[in-house]
Amino acid sequence: MDLLISILSVAGYEGLIFGLVAIGVYITFRVLGFPDLGVDATFPLGGAVAAVFIVKGTNPLLATSLAFAAGLLAGMITGLLNTKLRISALLSGILMMVGLYSVNLRIMGGANIPLLREITAFDLFSKLTGLHGMALSIALAGLVALFIFFILNWFLRTEIGLALRASGDNEKMLRGLGVDTDKNILIGCSLSNGLVALAGALVAQNQGFCDVGMGIGIIVMALAAIIIGEGLFGHPKGILSILLACFVGTFAYRLFITLALRLGLPPGDLKLITSILVVIALGIPHLRKRMRQEWIPPASRM
Amino acid sequence: MKRAANHDVLNLTNIRKIFFAGTVDKVVALNGVDLSVADQEFVTVIGSNGAGKSTLLNVVAGVFPPERGGKVEIQGDEVTRLEEYKHARYVSRVWQEPEVGTSRNLSIEENLSLALLRGRPRTLKKAGNKKRRQIFREALAQIELGLEDRLTAQVGTLSGGQRQALSLVMATISKPSILLLDEHIATLDPRTAQTVMDLTEMIVERERMSTLMVTHNMEMALRYGKRLIMMHKGKIILDIGHDQKKDLKITDLIAAFERAAGEEFTDDNVLLSC
Repeated sequence: MDLLISILSVAGYEGLIFGLVAIGVYITFRVLGFPDLGVDATFPLGGAVAAVFIVKGTNPLLATSLAFAAGLLAGMITGLLNTKLRISALLSGILMMVGLYSVNLRIMGGANIPLLREITAFDLFSKLTGLHGMALSIALAGLVALFIFFILNWFLRTEIGLALRASGDNEKMLRGLGVDTDKNILIGCSLSNGLVALAGALVAQNQGFCDVGMGIGIIVMALAAIIIGEGLFGHPKGILSILLACFVGTFAYRLFITLALRLGLPPGDLKLITSILVVIALGIPHLRKRMRQEWIPPASRM
Repeated sequence: MKRAANHDVLNLTNIRKIFFAGTVDKVVALNGVDLSVADQEFVTVIGSNGAGKSTLLNVVAGVFPPERGGKVEIQGDEVTRLEEYKHARYVSRVWQEPEVGTSRNLSIEENLSLALLRGRPRTLKKAGNKKRRQIFREALAQIELGLEDRLTAQVGTLSGGQRQALSLVMATISKPSILLLDEHIATLDPRTAQTVMDLTEMIVERERMSTLMVTHNMEMALRYGKRLIMMHKGKIILDIGHDQKKDLKITDLIAAFERAAGEEFTDDNVLLSC
């Protein structure tokens, strides 16, 4: 029983925190149709910025906000590479991912920053609520997730948000209706990377250190979570169900991973498992069609 | 912005457009087009494949600018080199394919909300509200397809004809200076095409909209609109106003084409779609 609760609470905390990453990735991949791989580097960027400022004695809430802002900026650069220099979306993200690695090292002044002796947002929240351990992690992650959930639920229904949502589907129509589609990409990429950096900042504070490699493969993890969430929610179209699908999908994915770890799987194998999970989720529907001898459109290269 | 003294909605001066310049594939799509469209005028544009009809609409819509020396004025404002999304303040468009004019993943209401704000700055206000829904219901009720009761339906679930009718409502709901119809019924089946064309005529007449309608179909070009323009090899070779257009027949059109273009009329595409 205790084991079950412990597994569920780990997955719960991670579902909330990494759900933010999933939402960020959802915004680029699904809403904008802009496969931005740069999040692999904006996740540690968020951690790095928060860690450096916290070590300097900055208020952890401010440090976390600055991490969010750094993510916004990084996303904006990715968007600019695509819209102003016409570099493909995929390559823009990869260029950012590679370039930011060096930037992250510079910011951190090394590959790792310990935060165990520093006062983090979690410590502040603990003082405020008296919570400790897992309950504290879940409470703060939940609070942030809830806040973002409400903000996005509002934003995506505004006039600007609505134009953003048509972006991945039909940019030609949007331009015809007077929407600056380049600006759309900038807003979407910024928002997406901001959320990922925010998650990175919180993860670093919760685990007590920031590591330059902590973002590796996070894009695949987020995709796996999105695919699971979409499966569970039957390819949602409404804003509420999309946001929920991201969180629930991440929770289900982390639950699966936590169970796999408990069953004695070496942590090093996780990334392979995640990749295989995504391959299965994407490949099976296709193979099924092939078996039913249905017509299959040519492979997409995007 | 300075208003022109005349009452023309659209003024095109010396519009040229060359694709693949400097290569063996060079195409002169528009070769010196001058055209003025008066306020509330409904102009049909006809011509064979490659005549430059779509290129002309693209220039008016701002998809790409004409070559240097050309000038595009709408409502007296020069818009020649303005970006496409800025043209939307003046111009609205219904494309040939229903998929281009609507967003599949959004609801009917959300599509109309996007269209209602054409050319206006978009804000952080809620996109959908009661007043707007009322506007949408009224606009949709007039096209009599029952869409007014399905505001929350995904546009992807509508038929091609319904989507094109919705595109038409989206193009007209914000009262543009000029409406561009780019063979907008060409991909529909004959009955649906007729329905959408009837809707077009009704809306254009009611709103007294200045309209440029490109078509392949001579009969349609004759039946609708007050003025007919024929294009050939990037030029306007025929411009027939209302008085003459009333009595015009397809044979007259073909004869006029042969006279003006100085060559025999052989475009099966145009003939077949009569």
